[in-house]
Amino acid sequence: MSIEISQFHQVFFEESSEGLEIMESGLLALGVGEPDLEAINTIFRAAHSIKGGSGTFGFTAISEFTHVMETLLDEMRAGKRLVTREAVDVLLEGVDRLRGLLGAARDGVPADADDVAATSRRLEALLDGGNTGGAAAAVADVTLPAVTGWRVRFVPAAHLFQTGNDPARLLRELMALGPSRIECDLARLPTHLDAYDPESCYLAWTVDLDNDVPEAAVREVFEWVDNDADIRIVPLAGDGPANEAAATPALTAVPAPDERRSGDDRRQHEDRRAGDRRQMAAAPATASIRVDIDKVDALINMVGELVITQSMLSQLAADFDVALIEKLRAGVAQLERNTRELQESVMSIRMMPISFSFNRFPRLVRDLSAKLGKQVNLKMTGENTELDKTVLEKIGDPLVHLVRNALDHGIEPPDVRRECGKHSAGTLTLNAYHEGSNIVIEIIDDGAGLNRDRILAKARERGIVGDQDVLSDEQIFDLVFAPGFSTATVVSDVSGRGVGMDVVRRNIKDLGGVVEVESKTGEGSVFRIRLPLTLAILDGQLVRVGSEVYIVSLVSIIESLQVKPDAVSSVAGQTELYRLRDEYLPIVRLYDLFDVAPDSQNLGDGLLVIVEAEGRKVGLFVDDLLGQQQVVIKSLQTNFRRVDGISGATILGDGKVAMILDTAGLIHLSRTQYQPARRWCAERQVA
Amino acid sequence: MQAETASHSATVPGAASAAEADQFLTFMLDGEEYGVDILRVQEIKGWESATEIPNTPPYIRGVINLRGTIVPVIDLRRRFAMEAIEYTNTTVIIVLRIRAADGEKTMGFIVDAVSDVYNVTSEQMKPAPEFGGQVRTDYVKGLATVDGKMVILLDIDQLVSSDVVFSDTTH
Repeated sequence: MSIEISQFHQVFFEESSEGLEIMESGLLALGVGEPDLEAINTIFRAAHSIKGGSGTFGFTAISEFTHVMETLLDEMRAGKRLVTREAVDVLLEGVDRLRGLLGAARDGVPADADDVAATSRRLEALLDGGNTGGAAAAVADVTLPAVTGWRVRFVPAAHLFQTGNDPARLLRELMALGPSRIECDLARLPTHLDAYDPESCYLAWTVDLDNDVPEAAVREVFEWVDNDADIRIVPLAGDGPANEAAATPALTAVPAPDERRSGDDRRQHEDRRAGDRRQMAAAPATASIRVDIDKVDALINMVGELVITQSMLSQLAADFDVALIEKLRAGVAQLERNTRELQESVMSIRMMPISFSFNRFPRLVRDLSAKLGKQVNLKMTGENTELDKTVLEKIGDPLVHLVRNALDHGIEPPDVRRECGKHSAGTLTLNAYHEGSNIVIEIIDDGAGLNRDRILAKARERGIVGDQDVLSDEQIFDLVFAPGFSTATVVSDVSGRGVGMDVVRRNIKDLGGVVEVESKTGEGSVFRIRLPLTLAILDGQLVRVGSEVYIVSLVSIIESLQVKPDAVSSVAGQTELYRLRDEYLPIVRLYDLFDVAPDSQNLGDGLLVIVEAEGRKVGLFVDDLLGQQQVVIKSLQTNFRRVDGISGATILGDGKVAMILDTAGLIHLSRTQYQPARRWCAERQVA
Repeated sequence: MQAETASHSATVPGAASAAEADQFLTFMLDGEEYGVDILRVQEIKGWESATEIPNTPPYIRGVINLRGTIVPVIDLRRRFAMEAIEYTNTTVIIVLRIRAADGEKTMGFIVDAVSDVYNVTSEQMKPAPEFGGQVRTDYVKGLATVDGKMVILLDIDQLVSSDVVFSDTTH
């Protein structure tokens, strides 16, 4: 039997894109000039798996490309090459190219060969030139004070000789790395000759190595005795007279010390975050889902409890007596609790931490702030806040947009910031937390804030606001979400075309959420997104038309009211309008739109449910309002197709199916398909 | 073994011979007998009222709750433009698995009554003749004669895909 290898492709692509994320976050976290061996190893391993996998599946372009990156990483790992800013940049570029190559291989389309070749050349140039120019380049590139040497404390275990290792050989190897001073510590020697074992090692050494070799190189010397000795390697501070020579050029080589420091701050932020992130394997946007084993265990426990409750109830039913009614009640209550817990627990399987969406931002902020010539520290909090996978996937783009906006318009250039008495590096904070059954995501910047007057002037100029209108600050700030609105004085390729914010708002609305903005001039702005935790459950209002029950999403309902006949007027004898305070709203007779027989066609007998979608309001005419309840949304498309005006279906408490109305679709339908020629009557007569 | 089975089925039409014959579940519609591939049948259930789907053709009776799944049901009498009748206690919904362009779907079909299960060999199956302009034949897989009666074998995938059922426009 032959094995069809392509069946493993999906797994390979999934794993590879995970690998890429690990590489990317690892590279971002990598401190320049202070090679953290473990971090480099992680990146190397990820690259290595991608190379191996792509080789196995015959994606030679990918494996060849990865090979070059891997070689570079290998040299860094072995301490033969310094981690420079340049190298990290090229490697990050390589990650982008790999992502492109993998995507192309998955979709079966040709990759952009020119880009790949260009990056390949850059990588190879680095490989060829790096070895000789490495030390010189490092001095200029290093942003942390250069490590000028190492103090190595080497305390072998007593049994070191038995492992076949010779401390003298290790020390010789260490001395070969550069000028060094060795001190021998005799403290462990037994005072009595009787206690002296000739096969035990009692000596310990402290070696000061005056050379800025990578830590990895020092560690490598002790590779074989790692478990048989206590080894401490600490960097020597650059205050000794021997180090001054190295430290001075480093300072003069970098023009703006202020900028350097902020760079370090940022890197430290990234460092910490990356550490958090490394702990969870990143999953790409594919159809599979990784579930915490704890969640599965909890689920199994709950099912166990449910089974116990069920057997208790069936025992009760088999041999029932009126005297046992209390017991039955208790049993049913327990069943209810079990079911609710089980439901919550099953829902939680779809929940994923928002860090899956946040983790693209360190890279984005790094690249964008460099491009804009701004200094930005990115802070992220609440990354472990969980939300539904579908919501998570859809919120990514709006978030990117808001972050780009904050960087472009919000945070000022360093010189402007200094003039305002602020730190030259701005801070961008991403914060997420739960609030009831919502998740709140905040994008906070400490930039200039929204310019109230400029927004208002612009809105007047564009005719979005009338000249005489008096608006509150809140209403003015809300204008930034209006279509075709941008206050950026210069249209950059980052943002400022005025097509974005309205799209952001619409996307968030589509998810059943809202976005609002708070701002203080000179202090910054807060964009706050509020989203439902899940798209699978909806707070619904049940409405009745004739014998049919429909569900209207509660968030789209503004109010429900009884029709005052004198407030109804008609246009051209067809479209009916309802005057609500100072607005005229079209009336949509649901029975007409849906061809069902109503209780009454008289507007006065029913109710008008005022709903809003995409900025338009209509009054839905229904016979009656029933209760409100949470409903589980089921797709009609699974076994049927999309139906205009219907967003899905649900199963009510009595087992009946009810349609969930799509408010936006209904409004659209009523405008295009409204036929006052009583279609249902004609239909009924035919039937 | 195979030759033996083949000759066996050739001499005894309609007898069980798994090697070459396909099994069909047959049902009644206005006195006519129709058959569908039995491997596509998921279950048969009694008629229960369905929730109407707005703005769909009248032969789509609506959707039912099949153990938590929303399943559309089609009235085959109306689909074939036969006279609509009141549902009786023999009226059933045959739940079938349909292969559509965008994956497998589960749909219910309302029929007058379930009839029988037949083995139909390829020799027994005759292509449907051209009926002329009145009747579309693309969803008729073939005709078979079993015990002297004619059974119309339906290609169920073709039946629903030739419909508006899966097309995404209502116009």
